[in-house]
Amino acid sequence: MTGAAGIRLGVILLCHAQLDVAAHMARIWVGGGAKVVIHIDAKAPAKAVTAMKDSLKDLPDIAYSRRISCDWGRFSLIQATQDAAQLLLQKHPDLTHVYLASGSCLPLRPVSELREYLATDPERDHIESVSANDVGWTVGGLNEERFTLYYPLDWRRQRWLFDRLVEWQRWLKIKRRPPKGFVPYLGSQWWCLTTATLRAILGDPQREEFDRYFRLTWIPDESYFQTLARRHAMRIESHSLTLAKFDQDGKPYQLYDDHARMLEESHCFVARKIWPGARLLLEHFPVARTEDSELRPPQPQRFERMISRTVRRRTQGRPGLYMQSRYPRKDSENGKTSAPYAVFQGFTDIFPGFEDWLAGVIDADIHGHLFSPEMVEFAGRPRIGPGAISSNPQIRDRDPQGFLTALIRISPRMQVFQTSPRDNQALNWFMATDPNAHIHVVTGAWMLPLLESEMPFDDIRRVTAILQRAETDHLAVLNSVWVKARVQVHELSDFLARPQGVIMQALQQMPVAPSMLDSMPRMRNLDGLPELLRRLRNSGLKPRLSGDGLPLVDTSLPERTAAE
Amino acid sequence: MRITRLPISDRLSRRVERQYLIARAFNRRRALKSVVNRTAQIRKGDVLAFVTMRNERVRLPYFLEYYRNLGVKHFLFVNNNSQDGSGNYLAEQPDVSLWWTNAGYKRSRFGMDWINRLLMKYGHGHWCLTVDPDEFLIYPHSDTRPLQALTDWLDASGRRSFPAMLLDMYPRGNIEDEIYREGVDPFTIARWFDPANYTITKNPYYGNLWIQGGPRTRNFFTSDPKSGPALNKTPLVKWSWRYAYVSSTHMLLPRSLNQVYDEDGGEQASGCLLHAKFLSTFADKSAEELDRRQHYANSKEYKAYHAGLTSGTDLWCSESREFQDWRQLEDLGLMSRGNWA
Repeated sequence: MTGAAGIRLGVILLCHAQLDVAAHMARIWVGGGAKVVIHIDAKAPAKAVTAMKDSLKDLPDIAYSRRISCDWGRFSLIQATQDAAQLLLQKHPDLTHVYLASGSCLPLRPVSELREYLATDPERDHIESVSANDVGWTVGGLNEERFTLYYPLDWRRQRWLFDRLVEWQRWLKIKRRPPKGFVPYLGSQWWCLTTATLRAILGDPQREEFDRYFRLTWIPDESYFQTLARRHAMRIESHSLTLAKFDQDGKPYQLYDDHARMLEESHCFVARKIWPGARLLLEHFPVARTEDSELRPPQPQRFERMISRTVRRRTQGRPGLYMQSRYPRKDSENGKTSAPYAVFQGFTDIFPGFEDWLAGVIDADIHGHLFSPEMVEFAGRPRIGPGAISSNPQIRDRDPQGFLTALIRISPRMQVFQTSPRDNQALNWFMATDPNAHIHVVTGAWMLPLLESEMPFDDIRRVTAILQRAETDHLAVLNSVWVKARVQVHELSDFLARPQGVIMQALQQMPVAPSMLDSMPRMRNLDGLPELLRRLRNSGLKPRLSGDGLPLVDTSLPERTAAE
Repeated sequence: MRITRLPISDRLSRRVERQYLIARAFNRRRALKSVVNRTAQIRKGDVLAFVTMRNERVRLPYFLEYYRNLGVKHFLFVNNNSQDGSGNYLAEQPDVSLWWTNAGYKRSRFGMDWINRLLMKYGHGHWCLTVDPDEFLIYPHSDTRPLQALTDWLDASGRRSFPAMLLDMYPRGNIEDEIYREGVDPFTIARWFDPANYTITKNPYYGNLWIQGGPRTRNFFTSDPKSGPALNKTPLVKWSWRYAYVSSTHMLLPRSLNQVYDEDGGEQASGCLLHAKFLSTFADKSAEELDRRQHYANSKEYKAYHAGLTSGTDLWCSESREFQDWRQLEDLGLMSRGNWA
């Protein structure tokens, strides 16, 4: 170990806009004892450049390299870096390390701490360098193609032509031949190299060939030094000392005043990129460590997690959320609903007190018929339900899917509700294709309330026909190959044969209090059912959904004898 | 790509409509009389606010303070023949340019002709915020980052418009009970809102989402929810003279400006406009507006409110949520930070 005194740091500062902020950064670097070479984009307005140079006039260790017009993703950035590096090494031949930073890279810790850190292993090169062949590095699909196609156009200004050219080259199966011994590596464009490595890269005997090759690759600032460092470096620490995260479009995240704490806790040396209006960050940093604490290595994980969370929110969003800036088209929802829910069809018809019984058995919100045509039957039948959702069926039917997803999202507990062929059927497909749905159906049970309705038989027959058609359509959905929900369908006769077994099976997936299961809800009086079924059948309407096991034959035999 | 696949007749008719709106706005230039014109103060990159108002004197001080703090650099007001001294008050403000008109609000497409005209002339190339005096923009990180940070980020992301859903705020108890006084933050009184009762339908022609719901729909429009007020708004736009607001700030042309939502499951960044309509000032206002008959659908809204409000309507219910901050609204899914970390 040579100690911090043995580390002489040089900094290359690439600036293109916000030169007043860049001047602030240069002052921090120089103030910490670094030698600085600044490259200013040739496109920067002359007035701002003069102002910047004037404001830095009092500092001795600043030089300006030849101004080149830099375009994002093009080789001009490499050229500017090469020029600046050459100038830096020429002016200060005794440097041990060179740091590449931009005018919007904010040093979070004093330069002296960086020097101390570099001194812990002075021969190490800090440059992220990941083999392009092994790892999917970038967003946007261009990975290996960065090196195998030609990119003579500017992505920002000639986007359309750029995309056409890529397509055209793919179609023609163009594949560039790389220089001999070339293995592509990718990584963050911000690095800190030892001067030995940097000199070796700049003085590479093949440099001309490499430069020619990289001139037409895509975003060479993420691959040029990363690739060449692998040829020349002794030991590579494949991690950038600059905290810089990119979003899914490859744009760097901006840092604001409210990130100050998180940045401080990251213990990174440099962060980019600072929003120029973040005055608090500019005043606050760099922050020295407290006297007694030891020198900590960078720990950007927490910050990186925060960024990945945000990227996930942008690309996948929150499941089951439909709102002003997230309105997924059908089957792109990434989760149709936000939590599991259960749907019971037919149970309230068999057991009139099913809702109350279920509420005593499982820990969930037990609603009545949410899609009933008369009223939205929230648990307890309030006029305004959870989330201030109106119990008015007309408001619900304006957007039934929004109604259900909002209800599930706003409620902390599991939602359980009843359906029936009498209810609004708009969500049959939605629920059947939703993995969060647990659907339990007893077919034909809707017929039971008709027994006690005392309606004229003609009306019963008409109602039966309508409801039977609705349920048949629903069953066609539940039997389709697209079903993602957990579906259990029982015919009424099967269910009546062993009601407890079926209910137990249905409750298995739910938060049940186990001791409560000995009681069963009271069943409706089924006395007139066989007679009703028989009359319906004789009137020309075949009851299809109640099952075959009901004691129809027994009662029909004496009838027939009587008719004879 | 998708837009190019739409029927060409729709594209043509939208283009014709946009040009008609622009021509109409241009044609209304003489209806606006300049009172104070300080637009020479506007600098490149400034965020501008465009406001139409009538008899809002008591609201103005807090409104101006709120948006100055957010970073609005200049306000362009249209005074629709106020009688309560609003004009004089605004004319004295150093960062306000003021126009006066007594033309019909309804005949000027509910003021949008005037606003389109001012946007066309002064808004080109700026981020423009078009709001009413009772609408307060809240966006992700609005407690720590000024509007300029948001617009810089939108610029960097290549976005030209930013959505902010209208969120109706109301007090607990009768609306008239607590008197609103000048300069006070209205959300210390009207600090409750409906968290999850919003319905969304997509308008295929303009490409915007049509959002309805909230306390107004559940109280005043139960029998006819379809004619309930629209809550979707796009108030913040990087303006070009080619753009036009079609109907209030609910939708714009060209259509791509309405595409503020993600359809592949992700979330775009969005904000909310807190709506301080339901204050003690509201009963008088609704009576006055009812007399003037200058609002949408023959003032159907105001009739419904007035009928409800004179009998002492309380919009609060046990499911109402008390407003805390933007994070609360984001958790509820009313707005989103998208990828603005």
